[in-house]
Amino acid sequence: MIHLPVVKATDRKFEADPDNAPTEDIREELFQLEKEGELEVIRVPDNYIELPTKYGRMKKIPVEKTWHHKSCGQCGHIPGYSTSIFWLNRQFGLDYYDPTDQTSCTAWNYYASATSNPEAQAAVAIRNFAAADEVGYFPLIHCGTSFGHYKEVRHALVHQHDLRRKVKKIMERLGKKLVIPEEIVHYSEWVLAMKDRIAERQEIDMSNITATVHPACHYHKLIEEDAIYDSEIYGAQRTAIVTGTLQALGINVGDYSTWFDCCGFGFRHILVSRDFSRSFSVQRKIEVMKEEVDPDIVVTHDTGCVTTLDQSQFAGRAHDKKVGLPVMSDSQVAALAMGAHPYKVLQLHWHNTDNKPFLRKLGLDIDKQWAEFQAEVDLIKAGKKEYMTWEDADK
Amino acid sequence: MMALDLSQNKHADVSYEEKERLFEEVKADERWHHVLYGCYECGICVAACPSARFYDFSPRVIAQAVAREDIDLIYTLMSDSIWDCSQCFSCDRCPRQNSPGQIITVMREVAVKNGLQTAKDALQGYGRIIYKIMATGSQVSPDMLQPDAFPDWGTHVYEIAENLEEWRRALPPETLHTTETGWKVDQKTIIELYLIWHMTGVMDLIEGVDEGLFMILVDVMEERLEEAGYDDITFD
Ligand code: SF4
Ligand code: SF4
Repeated sequence: MIHLPVVKATDRKFEADPDNAPTEDIREELFQLEKEGELEVIRVPDNYIELPTKYGRMKKIPVEKTWHHKSCGQCGHIPGYSTSIFWLNRQFGLDYYDPTDQTSCTAWNYYASATSNPEAQAAVAIRNFAAADEVGYFPLIHCGTSFGHYKEVRHALVHQHDLRRKVKKIMERLGKKLVIPEEIVHYSEWVLAMKDRIAERQEIDMSNITATVHPACHYHKLIEEDAIYDSEIYGAQRTAIVTGTLQALGINVGDYSTWFDCCGFGFRHILVSRDFSRSFSVQRKIEVMKEEVDPDIVVTHDTGCVTTLDQSQFAGRAHDKKVGLPVMSDSQVAALAMGAHPYKVLQLHWHNTDNKPFLRKLGLDIDKQWAEFQAEVDLIKAGKKEYMTWEDADK
Repeated sequence: MMALDLSQNKHADVSYEEKERLFEEVKADERWHHVLYGCYECGICVAACPSARFYDFSPRVIAQAVAREDIDLIYTLMSDSIWDCSQCFSCDRCPRQNSPGQIITVMREVAVKNGLQTAKDALQGYGRIIYKIMATGSQVSPDMLQPDAFPDWGTHVYEIAENLEEWRRALPPETLHTTETGWKVDQKTIIELYLIWHMTGVMDLIEGVDEGLFMILVDVMEERLEEAGYDDITFD
């Protein structure tokens, strides 16, 4: 009989070894293709922070010179999400670029309706990357689906010569180059990389807060090796994204049994079959979080997840479901911790589920803060001001 | 919910050759060899699948059908089940490295490309979204937040719709003052997007599944493309 040393699961420490990673390092392939003249690689700018990915490889996260690839759903329906990302950049005095030469990645539609094809999807991606490169900035992707989809597009372009050739031809026709970023970086990775600097500037104590985290499927399930993992968080058995940020802010992160489940977004379902989205979101996520953790807030890092988890709770109330958890992005929570205005910056009036108890628990005078926001809106309504500016937002 | 009886050949009216042709198209996709390696029937994908909990739907059945090349069953699944998938890719947990979700992506694309009735049915009521993304470069926009479109999202949608213009102006980033698109998009950028749709055959694809939508898109695009000096947009 062979006697193997028995190590209890809790005593075991998982150390990822990049030399034994089961997947290729796509960056090596990219640089090789660049040498062969097949494409050009957009380098991560000099000022970067390294974070470990699933198999222990280090990923470069640019601190500044970032080109903000915005998200349709964030900008359209929960605009305080993106506003908070920009606000954080401004607070640190970082050089960033908010482009108008940017389209959606169009992947929401692709996953919803299949009314596209790999060439079109890759061409849309490369057009956006080229637009970033032309102004000398590095793409930072706001949407979880754009992030996952772009990782897949990069993988396809590296491995499919025919696709590369077709996309190159399209780019030539548009007067653009076939450029691919050295790293595909999600904004929540930037927030995680900046967590200690955010914590240094924290103004609102959050140590009395318990949160549950929902990781976005397309962040950690598509090209899974390119998501951030940390041996200190969940023993590197799950992605450290969002959880690492919240813990740095002193928030207690509660665990729940359906952590891996999706939010119920479904791409086509959230638009045309919402009965599914509502049921899944409420029954498999919100109710489970409530029963097992009873958190003050749910924090996630993607457009569809914030939307589905937040908006679905309204209908749940009619069915006496255990709902009532406010939902925010990590960028909003980080900005709030640093003293951002809940309405002028976080724009929480675009969210659905009541977030006032959470804000009050943090000691905020939200009636006064709503009046401050309303005063800005009144000035706009009266024609005395065209827009609310960044300076107004920080007054 | 109607049970999906997989024991019957529900589409006996469609010839075997036609079903086979469609499956050959699925298999010809470049992704094919990275999404199917066989199937243990272990059901791990089903356990992780959100759609399997709410629909008569199973990623295992999809993987099994394509692995066994069961042509009639594949056609049945293509005519119904594939549109239940949430495209979350939780099934990428498969120990055999299959991706039932990606198999479905490819099957959906073939259904759309061939203008199958299933695709037309699935896309009913979805046309305005395709219009939005293809014509404006943004999947959803602030002005879509109307109470009649989202009655189940509660009264706050009324409040947003009523204050839309001013609330958009009360956003500090200058790019977000828009109501018809998520953010301000340059004219030149939209033209480049239209050229991509034309050059990659996406316009032909739309014509096959929704002719009305195709006509509207052509109208909108032609004018702007002509203004930008693109009279001839053929591409080989
Ligand atoms: S991608 Fe589709 S089949 Fe796979 S787990 Fe998600 S819903 Fe199920
Ligand atoms: S997880 Fe993979 S091997 Fe198991 S049933 Fe699903 S497709 Fe088959």
